[in-house]
Amino acid sequence: MATLTHMPELIEPSDTEHDPVLEVHDLHVHFKTHEGLIRAVNGVSFDVPRGSIVGIVGESGCGKSVTAYSILRLIQKPGLIAGGQMHFHPLHQPSFDICQLAEKSRELFDMRGGLASMIFQEPMTALSPVHTVGNQIVEAIRLHKSVTKKQARQMAIDMLAKVGIPGPERRIDQYTFELSGGMRCRVMIAMALVCQPQLLIADEPTTALDVTIQAQIMRLIKQLQEEMKTSTILITHDLGVVGQMCDHVVVMYMGRVVETGPVRRVIHHPRHPYTQGLLASLPSLAVEHEKLPSITGSVPSLTNLPSGCAFHPRCPHAQAGLCDVNGPPELESLNSQQAAACLRVHEIEDDQAQ
Amino acid sequence: MIRHNKQPILSVKDLCVFFPIMSQGLIKRRIGSIKAVNHVSFDLHHGQTLGLVGESGCGKTTTGRAILRALSPDSGKVHFQTDQGYVDLAKLDHKALIPLRTQMQMIFQDPFASLNPRMTVGSLVREPLDIHGVGTMKQRNDMVKQMLDRVGIRPEYRTRYPHAFSGGQRQRIVIARALILEPSLIVADEAVSALDVSVQAQVINLLAELKDEMNLTMIFIAHDLSVVRHICDEVAVMYAGRIVEQAPTAELFADPHHPYTQTLLSAVPNPDPDVPMNLGVSGEVADVGNLPTGCAFNPRCEQCESICKEQVPRYRSTDGRRVIACHIQPEMDEELLNVTVSAMQPKC
Repeated sequence: MATLTHMPELIEPSDTEHDPVLEVHDLHVHFKTHEGLIRAVNGVSFDVPRGSIVGIVGESGCGKSVTAYSILRLIQKPGLIAGGQMHFHPLHQPSFDICQLAEKSRELFDMRGGLASMIFQEPMTALSPVHTVGNQIVEAIRLHKSVTKKQARQMAIDMLAKVGIPGPERRIDQYTFELSGGMRCRVMIAMALVCQPQLLIADEPTTALDVTIQAQIMRLIKQLQEEMKTSTILITHDLGVVGQMCDHVVVMYMGRVVETGPVRRVIHHPRHPYTQGLLASLPSLAVEHEKLPSITGSVPSLTNLPSGCAFHPRCPHAQAGLCDVNGPPELESLNSQQAAACLRVHEIEDDQAQ
Repeated sequence: MIRHNKQPILSVKDLCVFFPIMSQGLIKRRIGSIKAVNHVSFDLHHGQTLGLVGESGCGKTTTGRAILRALSPDSGKVHFQTDQGYVDLAKLDHKALIPLRTQMQMIFQDPFASLNPRMTVGSLVREPLDIHGVGTMKQRNDMVKQMLDRVGIRPEYRTRYPHAFSGGQRQRIVIARALILEPSLIVADEAVSALDVSVQAQVINLLAELKDEMNLTMIFIAHDLSVVRHICDEVAVMYAGRIVEQAPTAELFADPHHPYTQTLLSAVPNPDPDVPMNLGVSGEVADVGNLPTGCAFNPRCEQCESICKEQVPRYRSTDGRRVIACHIQPEMDEELLNVTVSAMQPKC
């Protein structure tokens, strides 16, 4: 791997106790469309502690995938990273701000696929249909490591075996259409992990899969994550996947983080009304309700965001004159780990305690 | 299977849909079959909701389509109760089916694909009335207004086009379109799968309300077990074209008998990290074009024994409520084992 010496900005390594591999601070991503400027990601901040799995959860259009794509600088026109910092602290290498990397720079190429890589949502569209599985993985290896073709092929076979593909020597020469959905997903994971990235971004890795295959892939990601000590960002809309996989969770709504904290804390004691509503509206296998509690209304359009808190038109706790005026509320720390962006967070708690 | 005194509204018996596999080359010969739906039988009573669940490729959608005759079954009977008595839907030609279509409708999965973008919402919902020539134009328009109001779309919006609505609203329009003819049988094919969680709950509630109000009988096809648990009275679990277990919802979820049902239920991730899930599921969904001999689930089954690899399990029932196709489960008296399901099917 090429050395990362010409970094635009060097940041002092942080202290040992608080050791994030990635610090996203006030990220803004805009899309210029005919209908106006869409603020898909509007001031998102979160940390990824080293060696942990952070889940970003939210409904479609909340900006979770755009956040993920920005971390690898994969946002294309008409999209634009309009502001913010993303400090990346790889082990044994100097830290840098991903936002400052020049487009098409050596550093960016080295990071993408080398230090940080991604599992894409749809394996069928993310993998090339006209190249064999092996060629695609070998390409990824040879871009980032100086090895011969033969060595690279062996690495690819080893990796395929590691992700649980039976007969990797045979499978490596097959095309993607010859594989099942679960197998394709495994190939995607093999490709993402073959260069041993320090940060893995998994964008809805199990959404297209059946539950039994989903369980297999979840186990695999967790296993490899523990084995390779990869820090992982898991993007999903499924709170079940978050609950079972993640250490920390970031809940997004309309391009902003509305609640963040350790998974147990957020699932058991959600503080933001959106998180509460989301958890309550899940049909459960265990409990039978007469009627499902649901969040009223529908997700607003990003071109026409409500004033004040974006959630206030749907919020059961919204207060006129407070929640619908001024800018959106900032994330407020509630205890050492949990934070929520709600103006009435303390009052809501009092109401519920009564 | 819940025993009712009344006759079922729908009785499906040995329904089979096989898709041919053709040989390559100039002369195409049939060299095999994809057994998409393989001897599926169930009864459905008035006002009941049956959930069809299973993984992709298990034949649940094909079953729904074959019942409504969106495609023709290869064999089997679909007895449907109409005002004039029972008819076998599987035998009717397309002309004879047209008047029956007012009594059976489908709710489709993807509201972005199932609504014509060039038609206004009003004309989309009115279209079934137009086709079947119900009432005068004024009556039709009034019915459309009422129906839209009922599903929670403001009737003033009927001049708008589908693109102006969100996913949840579109699905409400799809529901309005299916229900405007006041059918007695609805096949809802993954009706809420494309929706976001917060909106999904609204649509599930709406469906449940309408079902009670209009006394609908529904086949609810879904892969999401928690949704099925919420809306269905009875659940049939399908695997590789066959129903492997069928039971009243509460019983199935409380005590799944078939190893596949057990696997399926244990693999649903729970949001609560303290509720563990089974991550140890192995194997892949069976290829319906190339089924293993014996029980189709045997390569993935932890309880598999030699008989499972030799014989296709028969349907058995313990108490007349639960039907299961498994050699191993449930372990019970020999006497009870011999009760086969075919004896339980009411004759139409």
